[in-house]
Amino acid sequence: MKAMRSLYPMATLGVIVLIWGLSVWAFDVPAFVLPSPLAVGKAIVNNAAILIPALRYTLIEVVIGFTLSVLVGGAIAVAIVSSELLDRSVYPLLVALQIVPKVAIAPLFAIWFGFGMMPKVLMAFLIAFFPMVINTAMGLRGIEVSKLQLARSMGASKLQTFFKIRLPHAMPSIFTGLKLSITSAMIGAIVGEFIGSDEGVGRVLLIANGNLQTDLMFAAVVLLSLAGVILFLAIEAIERVVLHWHVSQRSRDMVVA
Amino acid sequence: MSDRSFIEIEDVSKRYRGADGLLAVENVTTNFARGEFISILGPSGCGKSTLMQMLAGLTPRSSGRIAIGGRDVKRAQTDLGIVFQDTNLLDWRTVLKNVMLQIEVRKLDHAVYLERARNLLAMVGLEGFEEKLPHQLSGGMKQRVAICRALIHDPPLLLMDEPFGALDALTRDQLNVDLQDIWLESRKTVVFVTHSISEAVFLSDRVLVMSPRPATVAADIRIDLPRRRPISVRETPAFGAYVSQIRNMFEEWGVLRRDAEAPALRLAAGGKQ
Repeated sequence: MKAMRSLYPMATLGVIVLIWGLSVWAFDVPAFVLPSPLAVGKAIVNNAAILIPALRYTLIEVVIGFTLSVLVGGAIAVAIVSSELLDRSVYPLLVALQIVPKVAIAPLFAIWFGFGMMPKVLMAFLIAFFPMVINTAMGLRGIEVSKLQLARSMGASKLQTFFKIRLPHAMPSIFTGLKLSITSAMIGAIVGEFIGSDEGVGRVLLIANGNLQTDLMFAAVVLLSLAGVILFLAIEAIERVVLHWHVSQRSRDMVVA
Repeated sequence: MSDRSFIEIEDVSKRYRGADGLLAVENVTTNFARGEFISILGPSGCGKSTLMQMLAGLTPRSSGRIAIGGRDVKRAQTDLGIVFQDTNLLDWRTVLKNVMLQIEVRKLDHAVYLERARNLLAMVGLEGFEEKLPHQLSGGMKQRVAICRALIHDPPLLLMDEPFGALDALTRDQLNVDLQDIWLESRKTVVFVTHSISEAVFLSDRVLVMSPRPATVAADIRIDLPRRRPISVRETPAFGAYVSQIRNMFEEWGVLRRDAEAPALRLAAGGKQ
């Protein structure tokens, strides 16, 4: 049943690739404008020696940036939910920060932190951090008053209330944050690499662009997308296990007792 | 403290802070005896739930005194069980684990109470549902689980805030009967908030009829019907007399219209009987 489900998007993807390939062939599109899927596949194989280390480098940036955004974002969300003072003083600034186009800050990071991994990780973190904070805070806040009253009537401590009621209740929202955050971290890392980098997929893209190696650009994008999808699916897999009780995880044909 | 005054409520008022300073409860004075089943009956929004919240120490009172077992209620009371209208079951916990939440939070002996939890669930007809998740249960079943959770630690006092308000009429009748059986077996003090006249009369030893807001005790009616009351007791003249006595009060306040004015509407409002 589960394998069947993933067949549908795969089939759709197959049709799209087929149309792409046929169009390139039928309209005789020059390879530097749009290479055929086959050419892209070849480019991946031929440039594996460049692409794989680059992808590895970028993914390390993504994972570190993402992890930071989860830790820091989660901690800030807990802080603003548990303190009215922080809620009033920090939360509006966070929203303001979100309005600042962070891509515009990237060159600044290059000036401050050079061309190593650090500014890219920071960029990934900065972009991924906001969805994490907002979704975690929303989930923690969205608890019904009567559930908190129930906890009080049981004599639950603050920690007990947090870990037994608030946090599990916030999990669906937190996973939404995680999924938004991982995709944002990907964008952040690439943007960081575009500004200036010695390594990473962003650098490969820039060089390929300069040389009009469109097939290599496509190859980089395809690998990047694949890695992104795998990261996203990994989080979804964890979500399915953790949130097996949640309405979002019930299959359509499930019979309610 | 005598048994007659297990719960003492003296001149209690509640005014909500804010621009309009809404007065929800005004000068309520009453006593509940240990083991008594008391209904607080009133029209919707009259402040009866607020009174229960103050009793549980979940909402501070503006003035007056409330004591349970001789001790002043100053903060959230923990020596009780509460059943809310929203069942408040935790969706991620199984039925059994929802009931055992009390035991975990209170750090009581898990093994001892696990047995008790199973027995309680069996008593309300949920044997075999222990490992189900709340979303797999009907509304009535969920409320039974909530009742078990409120009783698992064997508190002397059970507070119920319109627990059956969201259920269909048949399920509600069944739960009324079941609740009576639970009460007859355990003889806990129960304070039951409802806006259904027949539910209050059927279940209670005493019905406190609250006036529209601000809530005051308009009548304190002792229900002298023999226990165990079958559901058919509602067709007896004695039962009908209690119901019409209370309904007359509602009609006088304009909460219910009199028969002659709008019979169709009266049927809708009294339909829960």
